[in-house]
Amino acid sequence: MDIEYNEPERAFRDEVRGFLAENLPAAIAEKVKNYRRLTRDETVHWHRVLGEKGWLAMHWPTEYGGPGWSPVQKHIFEEECAAAGAPRLLPFGINMVAPVIIKFGSQAQKDYYLPRMLTMDDWWAQGYSEPGAGSDLASLKMRAERQGDRYIVNGQKTWTTLGQHANMIFCLVRTDPQAAKKQEGISFLLIDMSSPGVTVRPLITLDGEHEVNEVFFDNVEVPVENRVGDENKGWTYAKYLLTFERTGIAGVGISKAALTHLKTIAHEREIRGRRLIEQSDFADRLAEIEVELMAVEMTNLRVVAAADAGGVPGAESSFLKIMGTEVRQKISDLYREAAGPYALPFIDEDDAPVGPEFAGVAAPNYFNLRKLSIFGGSNEIQKNIISKAILGL
Amino acid sequence: MDFSYSDEQRMLKDMVDRLVADQYDFETREAARASSVGYSADMWRQFAELGLLGVPLSEDAGGFDGGGAELMVVAEGFGRGLVVEPYLASVVLCGHLIDKLADQTRKAEIAGPLISGETRYALACHEPDGGCDPYWIATTARADGGGYVLDGTKAVVAHGDSADHLIVIARSSGEPGDRDGLSAFLVDATANGVTRRGYPTIDGHRAADITLENARVDADALLGELGLASSALDGALERGVIYLCAEATGAMARACELTLEYLKERKQFGAPIGSFQALQHRMVDMRIALEKVRSLTFWAACSLDSAPDERGQRIAAAKVMVGRAGRHVAEEAIQLFGGMGMMEESAIAHYAKRIIMIDHWLGDHRWHMAAFRRAVADGENAWANAA
Ligand SMILES: Cc1cc2nc3c(=O)[nH]c(=O)nc-3n(C[C@H](O)[C@H](O)[C@H](O)COP(=O)(O)OP(=O)(O)OC[C@H]3O[C@@H](n4cnc5c(N)ncnc54)[C@H](O)[C@@H]3O)c2cc1C
Repeated sequence: MDIEYNEPERAFRDEVRGFLAENLPAAIAEKVKNYRRLTRDETVHWHRVLGEKGWLAMHWPTEYGGPGWSPVQKHIFEEECAAAGAPRLLPFGINMVAPVIIKFGSQAQKDYYLPRMLTMDDWWAQGYSEPGAGSDLASLKMRAERQGDRYIVNGQKTWTTLGQHANMIFCLVRTDPQAAKKQEGISFLLIDMSSPGVTVRPLITLDGEHEVNEVFFDNVEVPVENRVGDENKGWTYAKYLLTFERTGIAGVGISKAALTHLKTIAHEREIRGRRLIEQSDFADRLAEIEVELMAVEMTNLRVVAAADAGGVPGAESSFLKIMGTEVRQKISDLYREAAGPYALPFIDEDDAPVGPEFAGVAAPNYFNLRKLSIFGGSNEIQKNIISKAILGL
Repeated sequence: MDFSYSDEQRMLKDMVDRLVADQYDFETREAARASSVGYSADMWRQFAELGLLGVPLSEDAGGFDGGGAELMVVAEGFGRGLVVEPYLASVVLCGHLIDKLADQTRKAEIAGPLISGETRYALACHEPDGGCDPYWIATTARADGGGYVLDGTKAVVAHGDSADHLIVIARSSGEPGDRDGLSAFLVDATANGVTRRGYPTIDGHRAADITLENARVDADALLGELGLASSALDGALERGVIYLCAEATGAMARACELTLEYLKERKQFGAPIGSFQALQHRMVDMRIALEKVRSLTFWAACSLDSAPDERGQRIAAAKVMVGRAGRHVAEEAIQLFGGMGMMEESAIAHYAKRIIMIDHWLGDHRWHMAAFRRAVADGENAWANAA
């Protein structure tokens, strides 16, 4: 047993560090570290930088442009990116729909869509959830009726993350409403969002952000060749995709970066002439969270190592999702508390701040991160999975 | 012991609850919040007409001499409706200072327009470097000619942007943290030397950071005696905390109701999500948290006339519980609503925000836990230098 990185792993880490130091624009890193919103261009820029380097699609097989990294290398890459303040990669194209296309898509789909992801020519959105179908995704209603060589799509998707920037959306649609089981009548479609009949409406979240949308489909024509795999087999592909969504969802790198940032604040911020870190109750809480984060980190590494040895992360990823999101939420909670009364002012990012610089994002970020335990399969649903699949209850 | 309301208290409760139920739905609240002052002038006038703005003030001041129970009844009702009008700032905090400090003639002059709703007040006490500590006052008051000159900065003054007058706590002697040497000055909010940066707060209210630079006031701006405002300030803050705890109780009660309704309504997997035992227990835990807050708030509200250490301990205990159990209820409410809980258009999100952020007003759970420990250990006044 050896819990340290070996020589090649350390060399890889240095390589990643060096690359980030040279290529990550300082202004972007500054924004990321301070929980500021990025523009569409900044996000696209960073994806293109990684795409050119061949590091964007780390889960892809090398034949499609993946870097061929081991799970430990992937872990190192994610951790270094988070520590440096690199923007989070958009998961919808590269980590969600791409594996589905690679495994189940047609040659034409692979040839067309995959390269465009590496150059960020398409911005993908995820069209799974509907107003009536959240945790119970299989009850989705959006209808696609076959008419010759096209589907006519009608219905609504919701909570579509960054749909306002997207030009492509992958959707689960109902193609056979008569199927015996609701999981059986579902297909997986790739839809061009500029098609006539697609309307995107903003949904504002409780932190005042425009991060999610509702997307309406009114007689939208979708060519049959935009279906991935077989008709009515979409559920199988959707489930395959969800396992990808859950890996990396522990967000250990992000939590570590967030905790480091919070510690800096605790060492700098003075209240009543004393630094926050000198207040024992605050310092205790900070330490408690760090202890928890260590547990998450090592659990994550154990799963990574198992994957390195050829094991596929299965229901174990549900453990990681729960632990990882809980600790991230706790960090954002303590960060909010660190801001004291200055967590209250709710000031647009473009206006001059009130109070210490770090305080402005404290409450909005805390409220925004409540989403972590809701999306990607809510933490309750993860517990249901663990009870059934691991505990056999 | 008697846990029931008196007839007058019952009438007050019915009046407030009816007002909120009939005239303060979520849409009305949101419209009021979006206005430039952040609340409804019509609603404020109605509060005045119903006599609500005089509830905690003494009869001397033209008020109704209400105690902790009356304050609790009003605040709990307001909490249910997420009322955004500046009741805490103007009536509870400033009302008490005026009542305790101003002499009889001044009191009539100042409290009259407060109770009639014509003039709104805000308490400019806490400072940027003091965090939760109301005595960490660096703002100075210097005697000059017949009056005083005030210099300093005040942080996150609730409704400080729309107030007509500020009550500024300033120091004529001592160091930040000292209880002695503090005075309360009544300052025209638009006076020379007073600069206000107003802004919305994330929990639906408004506040201002205020700079006093060479702000000159007349001798009669001083309320009470020079340097002796601390115990009146204690009283105002104690009432303020009780108000906030009761407001949290009302907001938490409503949040629990909304969540319970949602559990019954929302269907997934062919059944109301409230039929899943995992969620049933979560809902029960929310109700338990609410009962704890309700009990400690009640205890605190009934202790306003107790000995300082007992009173301090109970008020601090209530605020600690509001901070902790309140957070639990708010986070769970969002979680059980799923994506809907994250939406600005959902009432539940606003309940959650107010409940969580009440911990950031007038001392957070850590601050009050320290105050509690001191009250228990030393029998000290809980407000004094808690850390
Ligand atoms: C910020 C944000 C971004 C999102 N982005 C996207 C996106 O890009 N694309 C997309 O398709 N979707 C997206 N989602 C939707 C997300 O996947 C859903 O919110 C999630 O699946 C939960 O569904 P729901 O909101 O309908 O809640 P519900 O399913 O109604 O759940 C409500 C509550 O009941 C619980 N619950 C439900 N069933 C059970 C059960 N059987 N046992 C125990 N508890 C249960 C849930 O855990 C939750 O606490 C996003 C959501 C958010 C908040």
